[in-house]
Amino acid sequence: MLLRHTTKEVKEREGLTINPAKTCQPIGAMYAALGVHGCLPHSHGSQGCCAYHRSTLTRHYKEPVMSATSSFTEGASVFGGQANLLQAIDTIFSVYDPDVIAVHSTCLSETIGDDLQQITKKALDDGKIPEGKRVIYASTPSFVGSHVTGYANMLAGIAEQFAKSTGEKKDQINIVAGWMEPSDMREIKRIAKEMGVRIVLFPDTSDVLDAPQTGKHEFYPKGGTTIEALESTGDSKSSIALGCMSGEPGAIALDKKCKVPFQTEDIPIGLSATDRFIMSLSKAAGVEVPDEITAERGRLVDVMTDMEQYLYGKKVALFGDPDQLIPLTEFVLDLNMKPTHIVSGTPGQRFEKRMKEILKDAPYANFKNGLGADMFLMHQWIKNEPVDLLIGNTYGKYIARDEDIPFVRFGFPILDRIGHSYFPNVGYSGALRLVEKILGVFLDRQDRDAPEEKFELVM
Amino acid sequence: MEKIGILEGRQRQIYEKKGEETAFDITCETTSLSGSVSQRACVFCGSRVVLYPVADALHVVHGPIGCAAYTWDIRGAVSSGPELHRLSFSTDLKEMDVIYGGEKKLYLSLLELIERYQPKAAFIYSTCIIGLIGDDIDAVCKKVSQEKGIPVLPVHSEGFKGTKKDGYKAACDSLMKLVGTGSTEGIGKYSINILGEFNLAGEAWIIRSYYEQMGIEVVSTMTGDGRVDDIRRSHGASLNIVQCSGSMVRLAKQMEEKYSIPCLRVSYFGIEDMSKALYDVARHFSDNPAIMEAAKKLVSREVGKLYPQLQQFRRELAGKKVAIYVGGAFKAFSLIKALASVDMKVVLAGSQTGNKDDYNSLKEMCDEGTVIVDDSNPVELSKFVLEKEADLLIGGVKERPIAYKLGIGFCDHNHERKIPLAGFEGMYNFIREVYNSVMSPVWQFAPRKGGLSS
Repeated sequence: MLLRHTTKEVKEREGLTINPAKTCQPIGAMYAALGVHGCLPHSHGSQGCCAYHRSTLTRHYKEPVMSATSSFTEGASVFGGQANLLQAIDTIFSVYDPDVIAVHSTCLSETIGDDLQQITKKALDDGKIPEGKRVIYASTPSFVGSHVTGYANMLAGIAEQFAKSTGEKKDQINIVAGWMEPSDMREIKRIAKEMGVRIVLFPDTSDVLDAPQTGKHEFYPKGGTTIEALESTGDSKSSIALGCMSGEPGAIALDKKCKVPFQTEDIPIGLSATDRFIMSLSKAAGVEVPDEITAERGRLVDVMTDMEQYLYGKKVALFGDPDQLIPLTEFVLDLNMKPTHIVSGTPGQRFEKRMKEILKDAPYANFKNGLGADMFLMHQWIKNEPVDLLIGNTYGKYIARDEDIPFVRFGFPILDRIGHSYFPNVGYSGALRLVEKILGVFLDRQDRDAPEEKFELVM
Repeated sequence: MEKIGILEGRQRQIYEKKGEETAFDITCETTSLSGSVSQRACVFCGSRVVLYPVADALHVVHGPIGCAAYTWDIRGAVSSGPELHRLSFSTDLKEMDVIYGGEKKLYLSLLELIERYQPKAAFIYSTCIIGLIGDDIDAVCKKVSQEKGIPVLPVHSEGFKGTKKDGYKAACDSLMKLVGTGSTEGIGKYSINILGEFNLAGEAWIIRSYYEQMGIEVVSTMTGDGRVDDIRRSHGASLNIVQCSGSMVRLAKQMEEKYSIPCLRVSYFGIEDMSKALYDVARHFSDNPAIMEAAKKLVSREVGKLYPQLQQFRRELAGKKVAIYVGGAFKAFSLIKALASVDMKVVLAGSQTGNKDDYNSLKEMCDEGTVIVDDSNPVELSKFVLEKEADLLIGGVKERPIAYKLGIGFCDHNHERKIPLAGFEGMYNFIREVYNSVMSPVWQFAPRKGGLSS
């Protein structure tokens, strides 16, 4: 009912977005900043942005999400927000006492031309930043890119403003995490430990946005990459960036500042991307892949072979963020399914280039990102060419219901389910979980729809 | 936590009731201090939530994508028919639009959307950026309105122009442009508009049915399950009933001035306030005693059903302590009374947007030792919950995980409620939810209140 207005006929639209498959930069910056230990994100703009970002992250993680705001008024919008930000820095250090304030801009402060670098420098010169404390910043205008861009910009800010090089190399590898869940970050750390590789993972939202219940409201939960670890990234042997759009800018910033060489891999979602990540890590650190990791891979492949009859030829529609869609689409192909429609609201040529590579043997696939790539378009495509499965964030549920398509929740935001922040999607065990979820919805559907005479114990 | 105190400059926004002598006017209706972790939102948010339930209108957010994305289907305002309000439309402004202006984009978008969806009217929300770059949305709206023959209404809701309350005003001003444009033919004398009831989880249907059972005609419900045509003819009603005074009093006042329609402020939460809301209307139509008769019958029937149920909950809930932090202060009044009916004790009462009178009333209603607070933040909320040893927090989205982290129960009395809490059946739902949350066995396993045993 809800989407009954959606028609088959796809028309070019002039600057109109219907049901966006993205949101704006500052929320990405806020999420990235939460992955620094003892960090209070700060939104330099009016109160609404900050409230919306906190609400959305709160709904997705079911955790208290803290962030301060410059509380712009009409005056600040006319005369500039410098006074607001200076006062904010004062207030935050005296009352909330974080180790780090990570300031991000909004469309409002960007349009009036506030220079975050200059204002934070002034705060430092004026003695508003206590000894040992840090204020970092990133420019995140909402009218450029998407939440993914904001994440990348804050990540670059973190890398550039913390990293130091002492000239003495450390036996450690930086893992610059593209947008992933706390569970995924925890899994990356587990894999590295299993392989015996010392890593600095940043940002790291595990133990921040999946914190245990303690009877206390911890303003700064125990997780997050520490200042010390972030500073040491400049001395690491090399970096592996995960995700060309959300992770790589952080690695580039490190390379620029401290000459830490990097390579970029996909976020290790699915079999092939995990293989590449494991090999990269093994090569970068000069270690062998341990048997346990090989066994994990073997178990995943075993399930893929056991269940291949249920997956073969199934058409899949996917939407979400580029760095997740790229390896996920590849995995869908590895599972012998057909990625038929792919939509990402986030603009960027890297997505198009990678998709063309991945889909070179899948000429039937439709994909689009950036301008005009929204959920309305996805729905129209599905109406023209129906699919067997939809994978994407919670907003996909409207299409799934309208078209009666099995639906697997994946990406950001997931507002109506739990699990994403606790069970990883990355690595071989994450891939196994994805296969389980996909099989689950297919077989549930078969059980539901089969005529009685065909309904059997094993479908 | 221990070293975190109350924000400097906020001391006068917090009041603890201790005897008579400490009475002072609470500071309120100010913008939040820069650098605070405020629970408040902006002007746009205020407009969007008020107008959102007008279900057969197009709601187009003019600005960068975020404002539209975050308000996409964000409030469970149910519709009995069209569901146009639940889609998210945005002009998705880019850098070039910010430099060269977005009027053309808005114009083209509107033409396309009106063509496609054939709405009864369109609301165009102006966001922060629009205020800065100076797009003349009034002119665009006027032009489209003339070309397409439907009301296209600008909503001046630039985020930075004040607080959420200013957004309510902007929404009322837009609604006022619709009021009076329809025919009032056939509207009887015993007729009302229901204002400021947003039909979360179907609450407006409950309220509407009560009044209809009393023999009263409901002309429009602004804006719960709202319809453009009903709003256009709403000036034909004899009386406006205003709940959520913060959002709709302005519209009621304007309708009083222009169309001489008197208004009544009511609340639909709790037995006491719900009954009063019905009786007040019946008294207004005292020339028809049948209405009061019907009201009495309805109340006694419903209370008769409800009372024994509440007694069961009361046995276990009596003496439990509650912290309330809600948007409007008027709701806090109702909650205090509703909780009193099961002998629960309010230890913190706060609001995002209360005014001086509201806080004075709160002071009078609350017991000694109760903390009264304006525009609070998570630090203060958890501090007071711990200090006052609350067993339950009543609030909205951002407050929920705070309560759970502290190991206490929670009840959403904001946009995310999934069951109706208004009316008599709503009161049952409310207390049942409170009961289930406060008495949940999960608290046996969870550390509570920073380690305090309960």
